[in-house]
Amino acid sequence: MSGAREEVLARLRAARDAGAPRGGVPPVPRDYHRSGSLEPGGREVLDLLVERVEDYRARVLCAGTDDEVAAAVARCLDEAGSRRFVVPADLEQGWRPRIGDRELVEEHPSAPLTVPELDALDAVVTGSSVAIALTGTIVLAGGAPGQGRRALTLVPDHHVCVVRAADVVETVPEALARLDPSVPLTFISGPSATSDIELDRVEGVHGPRRLDVVVVG
Amino acid sequence: MSTTHLGMPAVRDDSHDTGLPTYSPAGQGNLRGATSFPKAAHEKLLDTQLRRNLGKATGIIRGKRAGVVAELDDWEELRLAGSAIKADVMARLPELLEQLEENVTARGGHVHWARDAAEANRIVADLVRATGADEVVKVKSMATQETGLNEALAEQGIAAWETDLAELIVQLGHDAPSHILVPAIHRNRSEIREIFLREMPNVDPALADDPRELAMAARAHLRRKFLTAKVAVSGANFAVADTGTLSVVESEGNGRMCLTLPDTLITLMGVEKLVPTWSDLEVFLQLLPRSSTGERMNPYTSTWTGVTPGDGPQEFHLVLLDNGRSAVLADEDGRAALHCIRCSACLNVCPVYERVGGHAYGSVYPGPIGAVLSPMLTGISGPDDPNASLPYASSLCGACFDACPVRIDIPNLLVQQRAASVESHPRPTAQDLALRAAAVAMSSPGRFAAAEKGLALGRLVAGRKGRISSLPWPLSHWTDSRDVPAPPAETARQWWARTGGNDDEQEGRA
Repeated sequence: MSGAREEVLARLRAARDAGAPRGGVPPVPRDYHRSGSLEPGGREVLDLLVERVEDYRARVLCAGTDDEVAAAVARCLDEAGSRRFVVPADLEQGWRPRIGDRELVEEHPSAPLTVPELDALDAVVTGSSVAIALTGTIVLAGGAPGQGRRALTLVPDHHVCVVRAADVVETVPEALARLDPSVPLTFISGPSATSDIELDRVEGVHGPRRLDVVVVG
Repeated sequence: MSTTHLGMPAVRDDSHDTGLPTYSPAGQGNLRGATSFPKAAHEKLLDTQLRRNLGKATGIIRGKRAGVVAELDDWEELRLAGSAIKADVMARLPELLEQLEENVTARGGHVHWARDAAEANRIVADLVRATGADEVVKVKSMATQETGLNEALAEQGIAAWETDLAELIVQLGHDAPSHILVPAIHRNRSEIREIFLREMPNVDPALADDPRELAMAARAHLRRKFLTAKVAVSGANFAVADTGTLSVVESEGNGRMCLTLPDTLITLMGVEKLVPTWSDLEVFLQLLPRSSTGERMNPYTSTWTGVTPGDGPQEFHLVLLDNGRSAVLADEDGRAALHCIRCSACLNVCPVYERVGGHAYGSVYPGPIGAVLSPMLTGISGPDDPNASLPYASSLCGACFDACPVRIDIPNLLVQQRAASVESHPRPTAQDLALRAAAVAMSSPGRFAAAEKGLALGRLVAGRKGRISSLPWPLSHWTDSRDVPAPPAETARQWWARTGGNDDEQEGRA
C-alpha cells in the first residue's frame, strides 16, 4: 500500500514540474462579493431569506418571541399531522410546543436512538447555526446546541427548523466564515428533491419530505 | 511560427513503477468505449426517441442555468477565482494531497492511494470484506463509474446498490450512464416506469408515469437498504486540504443517508478534487449548483472531517485515485481539464451532445469535457483507438467555454487533442497528407499564390449554378453530404494586387 502512495506522489511531483506553467501561477483574484450589502439579521436580509426558502416550497413562519416560536412549531406539527416528535436534549426550552396530545422524545448524546426508533418518529425539531439569505440555505452543525447529530434531522420525514435572525447572513462567503469545518455540517436548501426524471424538479425523495422553517427575532 | 507544445513526458510504461506520469492502463475501468465516436453517433442519431428526450431535458436545464447565473452580478469574478484556485491546486497538488492525508488521518480517517482503476477497486473490495458486509449502498460518484467499481465488487460477491434516482434507473435498466449529473437523461418518464415495473420487487403495478410517483417508488424501494446498510461508498465533490474536510453535494438525501447511517464510509476521489482552504469552498459552492442543476443551491450539501464520535460512520476510508491524472497534470495546457468540477453545464449547451447523447462517447465522461478528458487520461494508442475520435466530436462553437464555471478552454484543448490524435498515426492518412500539403502551401506567399491558380478549375466544375455537388474520391466524403460553393473569380490577394484596396465596385466578385 505504501508502494502505491510513493508511486502516485512521485508521478504527481514529476507531472507538477513537467507541466508547470511557464509564466508561473498568478495569485487568486477575489473580486467577487465576499460579504453582502445587507446587514446580518436585519429586516431586508430576513425578507430575502423568507422569499428564497419559500421558493423551494418550504414553509416559513416568523416569530418575535420564544412563546411565538413554540406556537409556530406546534402549528407546523399539527398541520402535518406529526404527533411523535424528537428534539435534541439541549434544544431551547422556550421553543418547545406544549406537549398536549403529542409525544415528545428527547435525544441525549449519551443515549442515541436506534435507526428504527428514529424511523418511527413523525418529526424532528431543531435549531440551526447559520442561514444564507441569497440561496435560501440553512446550515446545521452536528453537535452544536439544539442541532443534534446528523441522523436526527435525516430519518424523520418532517423537519421543523428554527432560525435565529442574528444567524442570517446574505452570502455564502459570510456563512462559511462563521462555520467550523471540524464538525459535520449539513447545508439544507428546501426539502429533498430530485430532477432526475426529465430534469423536472420533484420535492420529497429520501430526506425529509416536509421542511418548515421558523424565523425568530 | 510557433508550434504547439504537447508536453508529453518521456515514459509512461504502466507495467511497473517508474515514478513518471502515467496514463490510465488500457482494459481497466470505463474511460474508453468499443467503437469510434462517428460510428456510435451515427447509430444514436437514428434514435428519434433519444433525441426528443435529450432535446427536452437539456432545453429545460439550459433555461434554469441561465436564469440563476444572471442573478449574480459577480458571476464572472467567481469564475475567475474558481479557475485560479484550481490552477494553484495543480501547481501544488502533491503537497496539498499530503496535507489532506495528514489532516484526515489526524481526525481518525484512513487514507489509501491507488495508481489505477483496478487498484482502487481492489482496495475498496478489501475494505468492504474486512467489515464482513456483502453489500454496500452507494452515493452517485463519477470516480466509481470511472473505475467500474460495481462490477469489480460483484466479482467479489459484494452487491452495490446505487441510491441516486438516476443511477438507480441506469442500474435497474442494465444500462450505462449517459450524463455526468443525470445519468438517465436519455430515459423519459414512461421508459422509467417500465424499468421500475420490470425490475423493482413489490412495486405497485398501478404505478403511473408521473415523476412524483416514480420518485416515491424509488424512496420505498431504497428505504430499507438505507436503514440497514453497514457500509457506504461515495465519491467527493471537494476535499479541503487545510482542514481534511470532504464534501458531497446532492439533492435527494440519498447522499446524507449513505454518509450518515452506515458504520463504515469509503470515499473514492480523484486526486484533483482538492481545494487548498475551507474558505475556497465559498467560490465552488456558488459555482457548482447554479451550473449543474440550475439552482441557487442544491437541497443538501454535507461536509465531514474524519470521524466524529457519536455522529455518523465511526470508520472512514479515503481512497485517492491517480488513474491517468498524473499524465494530464504533466501537460501544461491540458492540466486545465483537471479543473473540472463535474457540473455538466458543457454537456447541456453542446449541440453535438444534445443530438447524440452520452453513450456515443464511450467513456463515462461524455460531452465536451469528456471529449478532451477521456483521451488525455487514457492516451491515444493509434488511429483505431476509439478515444482518438473524441476530440473531433465538436464543431468548436465555444459554447462549452462560455458555460464552464471554472473557465476551462475546452475548444483549445479539443484542438490540441486533435493534434495528439494525428501524432498517434503510425502512417499518415489521406487527411494527414492533404493537411500537410496545405501546410506547405500556406508556409510561403509564392506557394500560396501558385495554389490559388488552381481555384479557376473549381469555377469550371461548379458551372453556372455556382456550386460543386460532387467531387472525386477522397473529396467525395465531403460532397456526399454538402455542396461546395464555387471559388470567387478573383482571390483577395489578386484583388489587392490589382486595386491596392481602392476598389469600391468590387467587380471581381462576379
